[in-house]
Amino acid sequence: MVHVSATPVLALRGVSKRFGAVQALTDVELEVHAGEVVALVGDNGAGKSTLVKTVAGVHPIDEGVIEWDGKPVSINKPHDAQGLGVATVYQDLALCDNLDVVGNLYLGRELLRRGVIDEVTMEKNARELLSTLSIRIPSVRIPIASLSGGQRQVVAIARALIGDPKVVILDEPTAALGVEQTAQVLDLVERLRERNLAVILISHNMADVKAVADTVAVLRLGKNNGSFSVKDTSHEEIIAAITGATENAVTRRAGRRSAEAAK
Amino acid sequence: MSDTSKVDKTDGVVEGQTTVAPADDPTAAAVSVVDPRLLVREEGLKGYWTEFKRKVKGGEIGSLPVVLGLIVIWTIFQLKNDRFLSAENLSNISFYLSATGMIAIGLVFVLLLGEIDLSVGSVSGLASALFAVFVVNHSMNPWLGLILTVLIGVGIGMFHGWFFAKIGVPAFVVTLAGFLGWLGLMLWLLGSTGTINIPDTGPVHLLSQRSFFMDQAIIGAYLLAALGVASLLVGSLIEQRRRKAAGVPFRTNGEIALRVGLLAVAAFVAAYVLNSSNGVSNALVIFLVCLVIVDFVLRRTPFGRKVFAVGGGIEAARRAGINVSLVRISVFAIAGGFAAVGGMFFAGQTQSASLTSGGGNTLMLAIAAAVIGGTSLFGGRGSVWSALLGMLVIQSIQTGLDLLNMNTSIQYMITGAVLLGAVVIDSVSRKSQKAAGRA
Repeated sequence: MVHVSATPVLALRGVSKRFGAVQALTDVELEVHAGEVVALVGDNGAGKSTLVKTVAGVHPIDEGVIEWDGKPVSINKPHDAQGLGVATVYQDLALCDNLDVVGNLYLGRELLRRGVIDEVTMEKNARELLSTLSIRIPSVRIPIASLSGGQRQVVAIARALIGDPKVVILDEPTAALGVEQTAQVLDLVERLRERNLAVILISHNMADVKAVADTVAVLRLGKNNGSFSVKDTSHEEIIAAITGATENAVTRRAGRRSAEAAK
Repeated sequence: MSDTSKVDKTDGVVEGQTTVAPADDPTAAAVSVVDPRLLVREEGLKGYWTEFKRKVKGGEIGSLPVVLGLIVIWTIFQLKNDRFLSAENLSNISFYLSATGMIAIGLVFVLLLGEIDLSVGSVSGLASALFAVFVVNHSMNPWLGLILTVLIGVGIGMFHGWFFAKIGVPAFVVTLAGFLGWLGLMLWLLGSTGTINIPDTGPVHLLSQRSFFMDQAIIGAYLLAALGVASLLVGSLIEQRRRKAAGVPFRTNGEIALRVGLLAVAAFVAAYVLNSSNGVSNALVIFLVCLVIVDFVLRRTPFGRKVFAVGGGIEAARRAGINVSLVRISVFAIAGGFAAVGGMFFAGQTQSASLTSGGGNTLMLAIAAAVIGGTSLFGGRGSVWSALLGMLVIQSIQTGLDLLNMNTSIQYMITGAVLLGAVVIDSVSRKSQKAAGRA
């Protein structure tokens, strides 16, 4: 089992966020430890993206506290989040098609040598990073346009790691991927955990969640609706928490059966 | 990624690093970065040829249309008039291409963003008028006048860029307004006098057809050629050494020799031809120096990288922390500045500022040059060398038509056709790039 630190790297305590008349988040709690993958699940509109954006600094929180290594911090702009060590990979990967892999990995933070872009060191570091993550792409000098969807996704994730973050947020990294590419990305998530990073994974796919996550945090209508350890929770329990359908045909039948069995 | 089976060698194999991952063991812990399906260039000349064929098929034609175009154009004109390929005429081409070429350099920046600047022709005309007014009417020092004129060009570009980046007016419309507005300002400035003749001193003399590098010394042209070849050679060798030391793929000695050799042949042949006429005009030398500097800025500095990034994906650039508005404004400022410099070159050519400066098809020729040279209208792809290559084609056509005493009407039609042809080539190559998964 993965070692989990005592103090969470990132903790949200009673976080609330309003957009006009909409209460997007109400008293949400979330803890992520180093070396832990927390899956954030919930129906559309449950507040997953809003929650992630508060951590990424896109939307400042209205109430509550964000703790970093146990100390309260304020995250008001994306820059604050990056400064702390939060890297976010959004669903639309936002890569520059015309630049090569190295160019994209270092976009906006090129390494300089006497004021000139140091392509050699960047290429060397990029190759090292990609090979430690076992990412396989044709060449680091190939334009992003010629990569497949899965390869782009792993490049986008690798890009998040260039700044040496402590928390990586992945917004539906497998949503648009095929079987093999999904497997690649899930492998990569596990490797992030092995590097002792805290990972927040947003996903609609329960199979993915069960495969890589340690903890599942469920959001429903902007509120916490349970946090489960993946090992001892069934698929149905998570689905029930997501939909709020603790009482439905399935649970009733199950309840009746167990009652009959008890007789 | 198709037809990959034949190619299995990698170039620049570095010791101590696996290059081809075992295909049957995808789960190996430390697989190499290199995908076994990778298309890699074979070693040697054959590798270049197969890679070249593949790139052409995939729509990455680069400067191929230019080379083909030049061969066709030069053949046709030479057949029609055997003075076309004479040293004197080629030397004329090399002199006259620098003015529009300067404007095209600025346009390359704008095109890299995927935008267009329709005002550069008018700005160049306005620049020559301003310079004439400063120097002739106000007896200003010509060098001061030059600096002031170029700064005004930069300011005009920033003005366009500000409307585009901050207000959100499409660049097409802003610069169309500029096209009319600056033309009007130029006509107003020259209104009473019509044409102002500029004395042949200072920058105007430097840019005129009677000013040559090292005063027509035979050694001058060869010195320039040798300098260019030597810097490519030394630069390539230094880069090769650094890459070897860092353990990343590097160019082999053969490749470097081939590239340096090609440049050497082109440079020394050009030097010989120009020497058989009058020598290398200073205007051309300044144009070439600008190309080298701008190419370096675009490819090797963070600013250049930002220009390419904004051209490739605005959202990606913004999320990477790039100030998109600033990049846009500075790119339009650069275009305005180079347009003003181009205007100075025109003033040097004609020793005057007239009501027709920068008018006519100056704008179209500059756009055509950039696009023919291989810079995409769709942004993110291109190089400033397209300004030189494209202008070689354009100026050859212009000079050729002049030699044949073609009517202006015919010249306009042919120029229009060439521009359309260039854009068609760009669009088609972009389509096949998409089909080949490279755009």
